[in-house]
Amino acid sequence: MTLLTRRALVTGGALGAGLLLSGCDKLAQQPGLRRILFSGEKINMGLQRALMNRDALAPEFRPDQMSPVFRTNGNSNPNTADYNRHVAENFTNWRLKVGGLVDRPLRLSLTDIGAFPQRAQITRHDCVEGWSAIGKWQGPMLGNVLKAAGVRSSARYIVFTCADLWSGAPYYESIDMIDAFHPQTILAWAMNDKRVSVGHGAPIRLRVERHLGYKNAKYVMRIDAVASLAGIGLGKGGYWEDHVNYDWYAGI
Amino acid sequence: MDDPTAPADSPAAPPRAKNVIYRHRLATRIWHWVNAITIFIMIGSGIGILNAHPRLYWGQYGANFDHAWLDLRPYGDILRSGWLTIPAGYNLAISRRWHLLFALVLGFGLLVFMIASLINRHFQRDLRVRAKEIGPRHLWADLLAHLRFDFHNPDDPAAYNTLQKLAYVAAIFILIPLMIFTGLAMSPGMDAAWPWLIELFGGRQSARSIHFIAASGIVLFVIVHLTLVVLAGPIGEVWSMITGRWTLPAARPSEPPPTPLAEPEAAE
Repeated sequence: MTLLTRRALVTGGALGAGLLLSGCDKLAQQPGLRRILFSGEKINMGLQRALMNRDALAPEFRPDQMSPVFRTNGNSNPNTADYNRHVAENFTNWRLKVGGLVDRPLRLSLTDIGAFPQRAQITRHDCVEGWSAIGKWQGPMLGNVLKAAGVRSSARYIVFTCADLWSGAPYYESIDMIDAFHPQTILAWAMNDKRVSVGHGAPIRLRVERHLGYKNAKYVMRIDAVASLAGIGLGKGGYWEDHVNYDWYAGI
Repeated sequence: MDDPTAPADSPAAPPRAKNVIYRHRLATRIWHWVNAITIFIMIGSGIGILNAHPRLYWGQYGANFDHAWLDLRPYGDILRSGWLTIPAGYNLAISRRWHLLFALVLGFGLLVFMIASLINRHFQRDLRVRAKEIGPRHLWADLLAHLRFDFHNPDDPAAYNTLQKLAYVAAIFILIPLMIFTGLAMSPGMDAAWPWLIELFGGRQSARSIHFIAASGIVLFVIVHLTLVVLAGPIGEVWSMITGRWTLPAARPSEPPPTPLAEPEAAE
């Protein structure tokens, strides 16, 4: 074969690759194909749940394995009038509301939260972007708080509503009951043996250790047990899920 | 389809011409084309994901304030080129959707291909590396043959040459499994399900680095593979990967003929 046709082939190949790539974007716009593209989440979730014990623990680390600097990401200060007042008052008048499908709605102060049996864990925080940081978190198990509130059997999801506003609406996230009652799922008020800082989600940050960072909601103000995610936000179970199509199942 | 006596005189494939042989079994052909699409999507969407944090670390943790052994930010303009990533514009969520769906195709595809290739004896027959083949003298001779663009042993034209065999073995048994397992090791859910994964690779950020290195190996494999297909006669090679039937190249004369009358690939 001549050099000319070889060059034509290479050029054609490069052009073809470019066309294929833009073809991928066109395909992903078709509603039917988009559904297939988005079905990977359900398949991966099903496979992981099948491979994983319900209470399988995320790896925990020794103190000497902790990140020297644990960076912040997303919002690092809600900076609303209400939130700033709570910061100024050192969260003494702040209450965590626990409601929805529960028999006994709760309003918990930080003292109340500290009175629950505590769990401390040194775990790895994995951002969806790719970086990881290891830190120590402490707080009550979410499951115990939900039991104290008498969560009903009709509840299928737990929704966390946060103090930080994104385009005027509060950040929110949701997990299912398997993760809600997982032993490492805690409402952390302490990080690295100090009160959680404003940058990391004061006064309370959800730790749900088998998921990526964006599920670990900061600045949690309210916890609701619900039967369905429809009607909350745009219905996909979280701020990033609603607005940029992040997977609701963030175990991968 | 899977002819037990291939590659030599195969009864299931009555030769249309004396110089046509049955070379690629059905499982090989299906897996090849599924992978051609899958690897293409995995590389494009993988670069899209890498662009979210184009720094690589060793160990359990790694973020902006930690030491990165590789910082790709200076190459951000190239890595964010629309012709390189899926989707063309930066979108981490959609890159992840492509990557994590086709990761299933890659993983289960490899599993099915491996089982099929043990049953049809493709592995045992075509990919078993024999001790004498990896002796320095043999490898040197094979390298010289490559430099002459001489890729086929005339006595056993269906057999892979040694460097080719080693490249396939590296891709099938090392690179792609490494991609799959380092990919799984980055999943916080899988780290809970299979804690040994993270220990195997020495931490999630090490797994991420190895994922990148193995991906670079696959990119290199694809470049060399496509180059050699072009050099070996692209029409005949692609046709054989579609139909399984491959036309033997004309015997190579010791001296190049002064005026080639016909292109060897075109010979039927």
